[in-house]
Amino acid sequence: MSRLHDMGGRIGDGAVVPEAPDAPVFETDWHARALAVTLACGALGRWNIDISRHARERLSPKDYTRFSYYEKWVSALADLLVETGVLTRADLMGQGSDDLHALASKVLKAEAVASVLAKGGPANRDSAVPVQFQPGDAVTTRHPNGNTLVKGGHTRLPNYAAGTRGKILLQHGAHVLPDSHAHGLGEAPEPLYAVVFKAAELWIHPENPEDEVVLDLWQSYLEPDLRGAS
Amino acid sequence: MPHDHADHPHALLPPDPALRVKALETILTRKGLIDPAALDEIIDTYQNKIGPQNGARVVAKAWTDPNFRQALLQDADPVLAELGYYGRQGEHMVVVENTAMLHNMVVCTLCSCYPWPLLGIPPGWYKSDAYRARVVREPRGVLADFGVSLPVESAVRVWDSTAEVRYMVLPMRPEGTEDMDEAALAALVSRDAMIGTALVAAPKHSPGADA
Repeated sequence: MSRLHDMGGRIGDGAVVPEAPDAPVFETDWHARALAVTLACGALGRWNIDISRHARERLSPKDYTRFSYYEKWVSALADLLVETGVLTRADLMGQGSDDLHALASKVLKAEAVASVLAKGGPANRDSAVPVQFQPGDAVTTRHPNGNTLVKGGHTRLPNYAAGTRGKILLQHGAHVLPDSHAHGLGEAPEPLYAVVFKAAELWIHPENPEDEVVLDLWQSYLEPDLRGAS
Repeated sequence: MPHDHADHPHALLPPDPALRVKALETILTRKGLIDPAALDEIIDTYQNKIGPQNGARVVAKAWTDPNFRQALLQDADPVLAELGYYGRQGEHMVVVENTAMLHNMVVCTLCSCYPWPLLGIPPGWYKSDAYRARVVREPRGVLADFGVSLPVESAVRVWDSTAEVRYMVLPMRPEGTEDMDEAALAALVSRDAMIGTALVAAPKHSPGADA
């Protein structure tokens, strides 16, 4: 169970097209505006980064495919603004009121931009969940894959790495769990690990079986692998 | 609730993406929910202030200062914070080092996670379906798209940024750069080398060689 954004390993997309080193940061003006409007609306405090990612992911498969990158951003932003009650459908149709909004006091002002961007939004937290794995431990990832809390919900275990044997490489401390946080169910922090997988465990025709892929995975995505990883 | 429904509100906005952004910006501005001057400030920040020159400076420093390099590889956050490289999309940094035996590459297969404070806004190809889909399965094929071929003995390790940890590659220092200072070294380091889709090439002329 997954969505189109979960495309790691997919076959058929063709070559990657590099860009000139002096290519502009934003290809056109509206790309820049789309990014800036999205960041500015985030400051209204009506959603978090996981909710915002999930809003892009649940664009319909048709829209996800035909929309360009920043088109996804601005469309998902419009959806979120209506779903969280900041705007109405009438507003989007140009039939809403132009009165000052109740949230206008939260508007991101130009003079606050530098400090807001510099402050960031760390995802590490204290957690009561005991650390289960140490570097070198063999683990297997969840299978079948998906959000256990919400049907069709957000998760960060890609399909290509579901049900796969790997080894703990790094401990990252405890981080907010997106599967919960994306649905307003709380931060539910738990241990996060970098887990390394051999290409031969992931792909039927690996380019080189000794190549590796590393993913950051939450403890609840993992089980001890008693067979040991290759 | 996943809120899956056929009639997404975004369809009420103009279909042309440039007009769609403009319409939303206008609606939000009229209601006092966004400040157009703040949008200009955000754009200026990522167009002119924060970009791969930051990461290149870190790489050059790591090449010339062994203590800095060690601290950076062990626990990057405090080291980077000291240089002022902290912030949105770079709250939890890990720097991974290329060696003769191991080449690192960074991707976000699920969206477009990228270390903004060090590298700025990701290039189009990093966000493309082709890169996201393919690099985990065929990293050497993707490297070939960038004109890079690795020695046979070098393994590839691809880091898929699935959490809020952000990765940057510390590329190998090219030979023939022993006499170069930090600023000259930083100028050699491309954005792609810090993502792992390029190597750092030796300068064509050694500095000071011209009479």
